[in-house]
Amino acid sequence: MATHTGPDAPIDESGTAPSRRALIGWGGAGLALGAAAAGGAAAALGGGADDTRTVADSGAAVPFHGAHQSGIATAVQDRLHFAAFDVTTGDRAELIALLKEWTKAAARMTQGHAVGGGAVSDLAEAPPDDTGEALGLKSSRLTLTIGFGPTLFTDRKGKDRFGVAGRRPEALIDLPAFPGDNLDPARSDGDLCVQACADDPQVAVHAIRNLARIGMGKVAIRWSQLGFGKTSSTTPDAQTPRNMMGFKDGTRNIAGTDTAALDKHVWVSERAGPAWLAGGSYLVARRIRMHIETWDRTSLKEQEDVFGRDKGEGAPQGRQREHDEPNLRAMLPDAHVRLAHPDSNGGARILRRGYSFTDGTDGLGRLDAGLFFLAYQHDVRDGFVPVQRRLARTDALNEYIQHVGSALFAIPPGVRDADDWWGRTLFS
Amino acid sequence: MRAARTSVVAAISALTTITAVAGCAQKSDAKGSDAIQVTASDSACEVSKTSFPAGHVKLAVENKGSKVTEVYVYAPGDRIVTERENIGPGTRTSINAEVKAGSYEIACKPGMKGHGIRQKVSATGKGKLPKRDPRLDEAVAAYRTYAQKQADDTLPAVQKFADAVKKDDLKGAKELYAPSRVGWERTEPVAESFGDIDPKVDVRADGLEKGQKWTGWHRLEKSLWQTKKITAADHDLADRLIKDLKDWQKRVGTADITPTGMANGAKELLDEVQTGKVTGEEERYSHTDLVDFKANVEGAETSYKLLKPVAAKNDPELAKELDKQFAAVAKLLDQYREGEGFVSYDTVSESRRKKLSDAVNALAEPLSRLAAAVVTK
Repeated sequence: MATHTGPDAPIDESGTAPSRRALIGWGGAGLALGAAAAGGAAAALGGGADDTRTVADSGAAVPFHGAHQSGIATAVQDRLHFAAFDVTTGDRAELIALLKEWTKAAARMTQGHAVGGGAVSDLAEAPPDDTGEALGLKSSRLTLTIGFGPTLFTDRKGKDRFGVAGRRPEALIDLPAFPGDNLDPARSDGDLCVQACADDPQVAVHAIRNLARIGMGKVAIRWSQLGFGKTSSTTPDAQTPRNMMGFKDGTRNIAGTDTAALDKHVWVSERAGPAWLAGGSYLVARRIRMHIETWDRTSLKEQEDVFGRDKGEGAPQGRQREHDEPNLRAMLPDAHVRLAHPDSNGGARILRRGYSFTDGTDGLGRLDAGLFFLAYQHDVRDGFVPVQRRLARTDALNEYIQHVGSALFAIPPGVRDADDWWGRTLFS
Repeated sequence: MRAARTSVVAAISALTTITAVAGCAQKSDAKGSDAIQVTASDSACEVSKTSFPAGHVKLAVENKGSKVTEVYVYAPGDRIVTERENIGPGTRTSINAEVKAGSYEIACKPGMKGHGIRQKVSATGKGKLPKRDPRLDEAVAAYRTYAQKQADDTLPAVQKFADAVKKDDLKGAKELYAPSRVGWERTEPVAESFGDIDPKVDVRADGLEKGQKWTGWHRLEKSLWQTKKITAADHDLADRLIKDLKDWQKRVGTADITPTGMANGAKELLDEVQTGKVTGEEERYSHTDLVDFKANVEGAETSYKLLKPVAAKNDPELAKELDKQFAAVAKLLDQYREGEGFVSYDTVSESRRKKLSDAVNALAEPLSRLAAAVVTK
């Protein structure tokens, strides 16, 4: 089992080795056994280019390289740290150099290694390259997924910032205003984003923190969001997690193993283009604040009517089990599930990957909680936009929620190998 | 303001100071066989030996010139090991000091000013002396000169401020407040190295320890801007501020400044900006944070510029980046200039404060690697 963190430490691309340095220190044979078992479990599931496998062991590493970025079809991890960045340099070469450096660091961190020269170098006079709080922690299925916002291509005045204005995809629109939006510019948009998902929150936070540090002088964090509980799963055989309203909402998500559905609804095809984005996707991020206190004093019947599901089992109204096919007509016309269902939206499906958040309380003592909605799709104009238009107009849930942050990003395809880098297809 | 720190610039060892002071009272035995004879004149500074064993050293000084003179013993980087002022023409005195093995300079300063007439001497001891980089010694000496000048220039500025306070001139005192702090803010890590001065002159209300009396600039800041009333107690505080700062002025020469200490001090000045100025905490009543901000950055840049010849050789990329980011911060700050100073920080919006914060991060991150780039390998 590798235990290096130094710059020469080999990166284990098989995804089978939980190899953060301080497996040492937990000590003893129990550790060695645990590590071996973890490696075995992941190996049995078949590590390789396929990042969609259901990884049972939460310590394992998810492969960084592949045709698509990991963190999309990957079985949803427990925790999130999502960061949007402003690019502060005006220099294209500097931006590209940063993307390459980030890619290198991301590849290391997802495989359980420290960045650069490690967290404890032999140079006492300099701050260590790695911030160190992930030493001793396993890979925890960390995935890092990068995205490019509309403002990376053209600024608000339409000026070409980095010589890629002509490559801005048509589908990378400025999202329209939806009724009821109360968006805070300080929690919206961004030139770049990085989604860090892991089963250990410290591993996710460590990854964003180190990328932000590497980026200082070239990029600056614009906003970031922590998520503590997944609200959707891409593994349909698993229980659907409940959101902060106590409901299962994300039951009919696209499965990470459903290649046909992914190709149809999530990945940008060669044909649709642009060519640089083939194999990529689009990500909508919305910070949806829930009016927790008023929701909590709402009768069970109204709660169930609002969602169109029963609260206990999560079954669609008029059905028995969570995964039973919903009968939309059994629900009220403004029920959330009915309005969001593909049948009400011309068959449009999106891959949801959102997380619950609770950022403490606001100045009035109300829980600052809700859903950090993340959805991947091949074209927002057929996906999020029409669905949200419908929901914003009539969803019964609107009485209890408010959208307070919003962003859209183009998600480039996967990093192929050690020589490839985030954004190569866009910038070459 | 910051709590006393131990790492950056260690104050001179108490032992040396005490020994030197004790020497004052001692009856002179200038002809003692082990003593180093120092013969000062208006144009020369002769020493009887240039090499002597480390440990207790006695200088037997005679002023044969026509001017009042001073004698200093400097360690590399112009750190004052010991000194004697006011040695009149035709008089003798002796100076005692404890010195470690290493190279030193003995300086006579006829007329009690200037760089002095210097003689290189060395104290010999067991073991090999660490190799010194003369470029770095030069950098430290130049930085000490800078720090001394900041203190020297601060006192008259603070005097003006104190005078206004004592004349109950509220408006005048408010105008003189921020400019009186610039020299201090530029070289704060040096002042903080003495430990006891910073808590007297630059502490904020939240930094007070239980039972500690609040004195210094920020106490007066509160009177001027918040209660808007100058009291008799404030008059005393103004006098006290002068007294405490004179102590600082006197001790700059003895601070143990090293090249890595300079580099770390520069980084710490940026830390001060990031945690105290960008947030508006430092000058919470006067909102003159941007004046301090600028002074902190200037002090950091001075350290960097002095270390640059070495740093640029060891790490050219780093020097390039630092040049760029220092320029970027200066340019950004220029947007906030108003008259002689800067706009009131309470007029700077959250989003603009974030831009300042981002620029400070962009500079401080590479600056944190400067110390490693000047380490003697």
